[in-house]
Amino acid sequence: MCNNCKSEEIYKDIIDEDIDISLLFPVIEKYGKVKGSLINILQATQDIYGYLPLQALNYIADNTENKRSVIYGVATFYTQFRLKPIGKYLILQCHGTACHVNGSKEVSKAICEELNIEPGQTTEDGLFTLEDVSCLGCCSLAPVIMINGEAYGNLTPSEAVKVIRNIRKEDIA
Amino acid sequence: MKVLVGLGSCGIAAGGKKVLQSITDSIEKNNLDITIEPTGCVGMCFYEPLIDIIDGDKKYTYGHVNAKIAEQIVESHLINGQPLDEYIIYTNEKPDAYVKNQLKVALENCGIINPEKIEDYINVGGYKALEKVLKSMTPEEVIEDIKISGLRGRGGAGFPTWFKWDAARKSPGNEKYVVCNADEGDPGAFMDRSVIEGDPHKLIEGMIICGYAMGASHGVVYCRAEYPLAIERLNLAMEQAIEKNYLGENILGTGFNFDLRIKMGAGAFVCGEETALIESLEGKRGMPRLKPPFPAQSGYWRKPTNINNVETLANVSWIISHGPEKFAEIGKDKSKGTKVFALSGKIKNGGLAEIPMGMTLREIIYDIGGGIKENKKFKAVQLGGPSGGCLPESLLDTPVTYEDLNKTGAIVGSGGMVVMDETTCIVDVTKFFLNFTCNESCGKCTYCRVGTKRMLQILEKITAGNGTMEDLDELEELALSVKDGSLCGLGQTAPNPILTSLKYFRDEYIAHIVDKRCPAKKCTALLTYSINKDKCTGCTLCSRKCPVNAINGTLKNPHEINQELCIKCGNCHSVCRFDAVEII
Repeated sequence: MCNNCKSEEIYKDIIDEDIDISLLFPVIEKYGKVKGSLINILQATQDIYGYLPLQALNYIADNTENKRSVIYGVATFYTQFRLKPIGKYLILQCHGTACHVNGSKEVSKAICEELNIEPGQTTEDGLFTLEDVSCLGCCSLAPVIMINGEAYGNLTPSEAVKVIRNIRKEDIA
Repeated sequence: MKVLVGLGSCGIAAGGKKVLQSITDSIEKNNLDITIEPTGCVGMCFYEPLIDIIDGDKKYTYGHVNAKIAEQIVESHLINGQPLDEYIIYTNEKPDAYVKNQLKVALENCGIINPEKIEDYINVGGYKALEKVLKSMTPEEVIEDIKISGLRGRGGAGFPTWFKWDAARKSPGNEKYVVCNADEGDPGAFMDRSVIEGDPHKLIEGMIICGYAMGASHGVVYCRAEYPLAIERLNLAMEQAIEKNYLGENILGTGFNFDLRIKMGAGAFVCGEETALIESLEGKRGMPRLKPPFPAQSGYWRKPTNINNVETLANVSWIISHGPEKFAEIGKDKSKGTKVFALSGKIKNGGLAEIPMGMTLREIIYDIGGGIKENKKFKAVQLGGPSGGCLPESLLDTPVTYEDLNKTGAIVGSGGMVVMDETTCIVDVTKFFLNFTCNESCGKCTYCRVGTKRMLQILEKITAGNGTMEDLDELEELALSVKDGSLCGLGQTAPNPILTSLKYFRDEYIAHIVDKRCPAKKCTALLTYSINKDKCTGCTLCSRKCPVNAINGTLKNPHEINQELCIKCGNCHSVCRFDAVEII
């Protein structure tokens, strides 16, 4: 908790759960002494845990020259960083200009309805996390979504739903 | 014989890897002595997946290939020597209009060489310019060459490149940095990704030459994390360049040292601004610094730093090896050389096109891009992303140069060119851009932080049908204030979409405000859904899909929408198989 204002406000975005902190040791070993590498540390942390757990952030603060406030500031400034765990499949919905004029809104609506979540949320079964991104750089295939690094282009609302149902089917199989 | 498979990000997304696998399998199965290699993006994204078959001096390009067609191609073309005409989109003897009207400098090797092999780059004359620079030119001569060429920044502002190099060179200090801005954040632009994915050595060579000219021995590429393939190929290229002694210590025995590393961005549009990029490189929140001092005097770790965009640096080796005069011959007035544009939106042939500066927008959109999808009516072309503007049909004959485009209120920018047809609502698109800049504003300057939000709210009010004519004046006033009151390029240019659309498409705003009508039928609050009784078959599908039970009717009888209950979600329109739901 913040010692000045006793505010709980900051913690509402952060999940505090037990993690294996030893996974972070090599990251601190590699970047701890390199000045200006906070973003690299956070990227490596997110690669390990899938998000930025509170314990990990505190550990980074205690073992590098970065204050907790600075770390929280950086972690919330960049869209890449997440303070909550994500599902097994991360769906990035492109909302770039080309996707926008080619109907990304309708595609997004269909996906939200299929998964029954809003962008930024994870499905209850922990399978899918949905996020909006500004541009994936595959504009000629608009509208595009990317699922765990693989891009799906030229989508219609019904095709997008099909893609998701297929993944769900394969996951069960 | 050699087979090339286009494996840029877009090629892979379209299924390029499956095609590669299929061809490799067929070649192995038939014991053919044919090399098969991946290559970068040739720019014709609308034909992906693409493969090239090179047979002596003949080259055949196949488009829209899938695994099955690939097998047929192997059988007919590679085994029996019969090119499959039905899938060939062009040959080197009969080039397609998309290719014919372009002039490639920065993209000259993309889609031609294997980006994962340094030998391929060297075979097409790669690293010759670096050798020439290091062995026979002084740094001043290099800068003079760049000055003669007239090269200007390709990332947005169009600042003369030689001037930045020269300023960084003249700044005191031994430790200097070359930074490449590969944080391509403009929605609708992907040329930098293509250069790095398709020809990474060209960027590396340009950066080393820049380092030599300004006296820097360290380089950093700031690349966005959304481009994993680009980062992978650049890493590989760097390893190969070190092995061949083009990079590292005592390069080619000349005593010049240059090291290079990649720093991944973490997703913030404002980091495309050079001082914000430097803050981010230092591991901080990407918030812009006050200028002056300029990065050339005090940049990365307060050392003299030169920041250039990927495409700018990709032109450097060409200028050195072909001569700066040759580069200066291309283009018009003060805009020399070529510019790569990313054509997308409602255009038939979307992809990358590198054109000599001075070509008109009409030539780019119609001669290269093939015109509008489904032959609909052209409405506007959006240039320069969220910092640019929408231009109407009457300005299509504007030549693409920095000066001519600035006069219209749009900018060359990073080269995104999004084409819109009659079904695109300009007010809605403007709202889209403001939503983008409002989200991406770093929050440092009040005008940008609050002003973009206020402008967005006004646009939301207009698209919801609650706008007044006074709102337009307020929008204009706010736009001009935000321009003046912001520190960096993001805030200074964020109002451009509003100012250009008010200038060229004011009647569309008025239609929303006065007539409560959206001419493009996009703004849902202003639409009315109704069922055409003659077309409705009474299938009951719409009634079942309506989330608020606003559709009444019985089986096999025409249905009707209760306008008081209708929430205008559009479900009925999208599910109807008989086009019976009309939007008014």
